[in-house]
Amino acid sequence: MRAGLACLALVPALAACEGRQSVLDPAGRDAAVMAELFWWMLGGAVILWLLVNGLMVYVSRLNRDALSVRAATLLVVGGGIVFPTVLLAVLLSYGLSEMPRQLAPGTGLSVRVTGELWWWRMEYLPEGAETPVISANELRLPAGSRSELRLGANEVIHSFWVPALGGKTDMIPGRETRMSLEPLEPGEYRGQCAEFCGDSHALMAFGAVVMEPEAFREWLEHEATDAAPPATEAARAGRAVFLAEGCGSCHTVRGTPADGTIGPDLTHLAGRTTLAAGVLPMTADALKRWIADPRAIKPGARMPGFDHLGDARLDLLAAYLEGLE
Amino acid sequence: MTDHSRDAGLARRLPEAVTQPEPVGPFPPTDEMLAVPVDPALSREQADRLKQAWHTPQGWRYLSAVNNTEVGVWYSMTAFGFMLAAGVLALLMRVQLAVPENDFLSAERFNQFFTMHGSAMMFLFAVPMFEAISILLLPALLGARDMPFPRLSAYGYWCFLIGGFFVLGSVLFGVAPEGGWFMYPPLSTEAEGLGPDIWLLGLSFIEVASIAAAVELIVGTVKCRPPGMRINLMPLYAWYVLVVGGMILFAFPPLIAGDFLFELQRSFDWPFFDPERGGDPLLWQHLFWIFGHPEVYIIFLPSIAVAAMIVPTAARRPIMGYSWIVLSAVGTGFLSFGLWVHHMFTTGLPMLSLGFFSAASEAVVIPTGVQLFAFVATLIVGRVKIILPMLWIAGALAVFTAGGLTGVMLALAPFNWQVHDTYFIVAHLHYTLFGGMVFPIIGGVYYFYPSIRKKKLSERLGRWSFWLTFTGFNITFLPMHLTGLKGMPRRVFTYPGDIGWDWLNLVSTLGAFVVAAGILVFAWDLVRPKGHQPLAARNPWNGGTLEWSHDVPAQAWGVRSVPYVRSRYPLWDDPGFLERLDAGRFYIPDAPEGLRETIVTSAIDARPQHVARITGPSWSPMVAAVFTGGAFIFPTFKWYLAAGISGAFAVATVIYWLWTATARVPEAPTKDAGLGLRLPTYVSGPKAPGWWAVFITMLGDATAFASLVFGVFFYWTARPDFPPAGAEHADLRAVAAAAAALTLAWATTLGARELNRRTLRRAARILLGAGAALAAAGIAALILAVRLPEMDPTSHVYPAIMWALVVWTVAHIGAGLIMQLYCLAGSFAGRLTPRHDADLWNTTLFWHFLVVTCLVTAAVVGLLPRAL
Repeated sequence: MRAGLACLALVPALAACEGRQSVLDPAGRDAAVMAELFWWMLGGAVILWLLVNGLMVYVSRLNRDALSVRAATLLVVGGGIVFPTVLLAVLLSYGLSEMPRQLAPGTGLSVRVTGELWWWRMEYLPEGAETPVISANELRLPAGSRSELRLGANEVIHSFWVPALGGKTDMIPGRETRMSLEPLEPGEYRGQCAEFCGDSHALMAFGAVVMEPEAFREWLEHEATDAAPPATEAARAGRAVFLAEGCGSCHTVRGTPADGTIGPDLTHLAGRTTLAAGVLPMTADALKRWIADPRAIKPGARMPGFDHLGDARLDLLAAYLEGLE
Repeated sequence: MTDHSRDAGLARRLPEAVTQPEPVGPFPPTDEMLAVPVDPALSREQADRLKQAWHTPQGWRYLSAVNNTEVGVWYSMTAFGFMLAAGVLALLMRVQLAVPENDFLSAERFNQFFTMHGSAMMFLFAVPMFEAISILLLPALLGARDMPFPRLSAYGYWCFLIGGFFVLGSVLFGVAPEGGWFMYPPLSTEAEGLGPDIWLLGLSFIEVASIAAAVELIVGTVKCRPPGMRINLMPLYAWYVLVVGGMILFAFPPLIAGDFLFELQRSFDWPFFDPERGGDPLLWQHLFWIFGHPEVYIIFLPSIAVAAMIVPTAARRPIMGYSWIVLSAVGTGFLSFGLWVHHMFTTGLPMLSLGFFSAASEAVVIPTGVQLFAFVATLIVGRVKIILPMLWIAGALAVFTAGGLTGVMLALAPFNWQVHDTYFIVAHLHYTLFGGMVFPIIGGVYYFYPSIRKKKLSERLGRWSFWLTFTGFNITFLPMHLTGLKGMPRRVFTYPGDIGWDWLNLVSTLGAFVVAAGILVFAWDLVRPKGHQPLAARNPWNGGTLEWSHDVPAQAWGVRSVPYVRSRYPLWDDPGFLERLDAGRFYIPDAPEGLRETIVTSAIDARPQHVARITGPSWSPMVAAVFTGGAFIFPTFKWYLAAGISGAFAVATVIYWLWTATARVPEAPTKDAGLGLRLPTYVSGPKAPGWWAVFITMLGDATAFASLVFGVFFYWTARPDFPPAGAEHADLRAVAAAAAALTLAWATTLGARELNRRTLRRAARILLGAGAALAAAGIAALILAVRLPEMDPTSHVYPAIMWALVVWTVAHIGAGLIMQLYCLAGSFAGRLTPRHDADLWNTTLFWHFLVVTCLVTAAVVGLLPRAL
């Protein structure tokens, strides 16, 4: 990232700006432009702050005598009117000229994201495709091109945000909003809901994975396939538990009778980097904890607890789900 | 407001209208008149009579006091108490966030706490604090004896106290609202439990009290200035009261209209914000932020006003650029209504709106900058003497400029998309509100305390408090900028430990406790017993404005005599001013009738017009507030019958209070006001403060109504199914009948006023009675117009918003009807006569606004949907 002058003075502090959810550690074009703009604005702000408050200290501490009325009038006119008008005009013309590019429509892939309580429904629609590839709780985008995001919500308002890639847009029931993102650097980042949406607002995140275009195409093709049949004895038993317990009334696992749409699609669950919308790691242990008592992890979660299954059957379920790559 | 344009032939056949007495005598007074000494013995007798009239009730009756000096202190201490409570909530939240994945607070608890922290700081501290301090200070700044409507101040205070305890108390029972201080639907419309209802009804109740106080402050500034204090001689604080009062008047009503719709949805399932039935959650966001953004400046401008009083004293010279500051304040007020959309930059608005509101948001820098630089300029040209309040002001400037500079960043829409709803905003808003409110207000308390309590606060504790608060504040909030940039959203009760937010949050939590220590030192300084401390000097900072002519020790009369003012800094510019004031050389130095009085002057050039009799101690404000509270609080629990009964009692109490204490026929038409001037003791129409109060209140009321009409047009433009195809509309004949009846009701009220003035009292009574009957007929016709099976308000937003307009209008016609009957009763009882007709003037004024409301409602309900 090419940064402004202010940035150079803050090199040690830059380390503190890193992070997979950081505005200041950009991996997409929009985020990079805004990060650079921020450093310039910060530099300007620091200088202006020092000038105004330095003047205050000077007149109230260092030189308390009466100074010229002319200088004072010049200060009001110059500092209050002329200087800010010029500076703001420059800032506005640069800042607002960024908008058309950031709001430009995507050129290939389109993803429809729907905010649920408290998870994300993801529907991938590659250019020219008729039916979407349905997934959940993880956004994968190809690097180097601008993808379109169509946003909606079911019960309450959410806001879709991947800081490392670009700005956020609200998801509003009854409306469709849109934005676009142009990721540049492949890697794993994190997105999070930014509009307060109730009890577990804090626990509504998702993994955002930027991939090389070719790898992305392969991933999407795999994502469109049906679930892999269980490979082990335990997994087969786990599938039986899954179907017997009625998990399929809320969840879909393509290629099985489970076709519910209330909860997230689980067809390729184990291929995701996180579980429960960015809250837990994708491990057998986490799967068990989640299924046994989702509300202990995510207050208010809609999914009921299955701790009555007992440890053994939970193990089987986890084995089955872990195999859904 | 005269109707001379009517048929001259008819007018000639009617008796002459009764004329009102005019002021008689010299004005302005000459230097010779002012130099005549007052006989000390006479002055002492006058002072005794004044003390008698202004005596503050003692013992338990103290709570019936209505003096601005008493009510103002209760009001500000209550607001401060609510601020401490909201601060405790903040500390508890900081404890929860100190470390990642903490379980000190549950999600539900945390969400209640941040909702109540924001709501209480905004509605129970920031706005009421301005009103409290202004009620306390304004009469002193203007050399007036009291506010124009002391019982209204007391009523507002009791409403505030009851509402505040109700709303804040809900936290203790775990039923507090948890949808954020912005209460966005559908989250809050669909939320179970009492929380949202407590928020909507409790805070609406307080908003009504806030508007009442704003009305009183505006009238106080416009009509109760001392003779000679032309509008360009007002202390800057009074200008800010005017601007902020006006902003409250236009900013709160959209929120009240929003609350009204919101509660109708929660209680009766009218789907205003439900997209399934044609509603739209964004309408609430618009109404909320049309209020919410001016709110920021409603909080910030009074603090600038406090600084504008302290800075000249510290600089020991008049303020630089008085008119520039006034223009900038007015400009800020106007601009602040054009910025609300910058709270909605991420809702997917068209680019044109984004650009416009970005530019408007940046533009507000200019008037703000002019005001700040004018203060610095004053310090440049003055010989600065650093006083403790100035330390707080300097700290405020340091903090506020930092908040302003991040504000410049936020106003840019594309940057806003990144940091909106993150901790960057939390940092920004606390920098602006601490710097633009908390620091200046505490500085103001240190500055004005000797004028209010006649003792000085401790210099040493003041410095400790400042440095603790200032340091702690920056430790807490400076790191939050980075926390936000590193991606931490607001309003999260927990966060993972592996994103790099943990150490930043820990630092913020430690800082928060340092702030708390600073605020506690201040609180201790404020309440510590000061009995042994000597009285403060009368003018300890050597200020130049009227509040430093106060009496030490305290007197309840406000000022010994209402001064003649000819300079912005009378104490600096006018030698002999204090001696004359104390001797009773100026106006109304006596209270021979034993009544509380103050002088009413003309709005622009402050020529004396009237000696107003103002109300004294009474329990009725408190009783009325309790019943009003019932009317707002009972519906929370769906006890509608109890609410109706309580509301009826509230109306009855207010009628009793008005009947027994306002617009009473005086013992003589004019009285000696001092310095050779005889002033009327009763005026009606635009000369009367009461008429101004009705006018100003109705401007606010009209704004709320306009917000509802805006709602209709919003649905029409934003929703394709408004009105839904084939929908049944309101019955056009009934709407037309209502419009006709209500127009006639207005005309008969106006006619009654004119006939009454022309001594045709019996004809006036007949017209008033007919007007009341027509108003009742209008109510019936309006309800019949929409009471159709096809217009079930729960079925779709279209019938719902039509019903909402009708309900609003009907409630107002009800008030108009009560006012007509009140005048009719007054006429029979002899308190409303051809010469004493203030009530009828006010009723007519109300009906002017009402008839417009009715006709707009008729057009929107009856005609508009057929035209769409």
